[in-house]
Amino acid sequence: MKIAIPVNEKKLELNVYESFGRSPYFLIYDTETKESVYIDNIGASSTGGAGIKAAQVIVDNNVDALLTVRLGQNAADVLNSADIKIYKTIDGSIQDNINAFVDNKLSLLDEVHSGFHRHGGN
Amino acid sequence: MKIAVLSGKGGTGKTLVSVNLASVANSSMYIDCDVEEPNGHLFLKPKNITEKNVNVKIPQVNNDLCNGCRKCVDFCRYNALAYIKDKLIIFDDVCHSCGGCTLVCPNNAISEKDKTIGKVQKGISNQVEIHTGILNVGEATGVPIINALLSDKNNDKLTIIDCPPGSACVVMESIKDADYCILVAEPTLFGAHNLKMVYELVKLFNKPFGAILNKCLNDENPSEKFCIKNNIKILGKIPFDNELGKLNSEAKIIVKENKKYYDMFSSLLDKVIKEVQHETTVNS
Repeated sequence: MKIAIPVNEKKLELNVYESFGRSPYFLIYDTETKESVYIDNIGASSTGGAGIKAAQVIVDNNVDALLTVRLGQNAADVLNSADIKIYKTIDGSIQDNINAFVDNKLSLLDEVHSGFHRHGGN
Repeated sequence: MKIAVLSGKGGTGKTLVSVNLASVANSSMYIDCDVEEPNGHLFLKPKNITEKNVNVKIPQVNNDLCNGCRKCVDFCRYNALAYIKDKLIIFDDVCHSCGGCTLVCPNNAISEKDKTIGKVQKGISNQVEIHTGILNVGEATGVPIINALLSDKNNDKLTIIDCPPGSACVVMESIKDADYCILVAEPTLFGAHNLKMVYELVKLFNKPFGAILNKCLNDENPSEKFCIKNNIKILGKIPFDNELGKLNSEAKIIVKENKKYYDMFSSLLDKVIKEVQHETTVNS
């Protein structure tokens, strides 16, 4: 199974990056081969709709599940359309979260926010 | 003659200045371009109101014609489109109605449909004609509403344009055709910073302008300092005055309540009209 995690730097001992849409990279981890690949999030630098673009990146990488601190409504809509499961991360490092996922200890994210749009006017 | 009233932040007194300038004129039009929170109508209390919806075009896809090339997805700089499981998904609330996706689609799979984003209300109160723009909550941008408000090019009345706060696209759209800009500023450091934002904007747009200093106390006024330093014409000063504040908070037109305010705004309007006429002579 392939899982995606938003990360700020390419290090497993760091914490999960808080923002999904603006996350610089995504770690794509294969739970069977235990292989880690980092991909750029081209959505991060968008003027708007970053969450939609980031979700498109996740979908295009044929991921089965996303582990994230939080998620906006538009990104959730994209991921749900692609039947990607969304899990809420726990306190701790990226590695801790991978372990928790493998051990079936993460719960599904049950709350999406309406977005943090309109920071810079329009 | 079109006069735009703007400020770098909310609450400096744009509406106070706008509705009272409009009310001292013999005949005028007041246009509320602060479409996210229009409040001039609370003061002017227009009657005989008519309404018209403002629509924008948003894309709709025929997935039978779509070949999945994603040219539209890559084109959209607002990321209003996603391509998931062989289907195009469109996010209406993110779309800025540029029409680009319909143009780049090689298969004509995308067409456009109308979406109502708000309305324009027109009414009258004594000698003032009032036009109010209202943007529906959650819409991406008020620019199309402001466009609709300012589209009447045949209007030759003295027109006061009450702008949205700040210096973003909606403000640019509001001052675009103005003959003169009035910058309203508060006597604080923060006020001076916000004055600087609109000062830079009107300079960029090459508009003639002057400042009104609101809520003036006897203390040091950073906005006045800024005006003097940058050679900005100070059109007038409105004092920090309990009576004025009380009347204004009761949504009253202060020039109708007390002669001293009538005289103050009347001379302000004369000064502004002279400024505009002077500019017209200089530039013609």
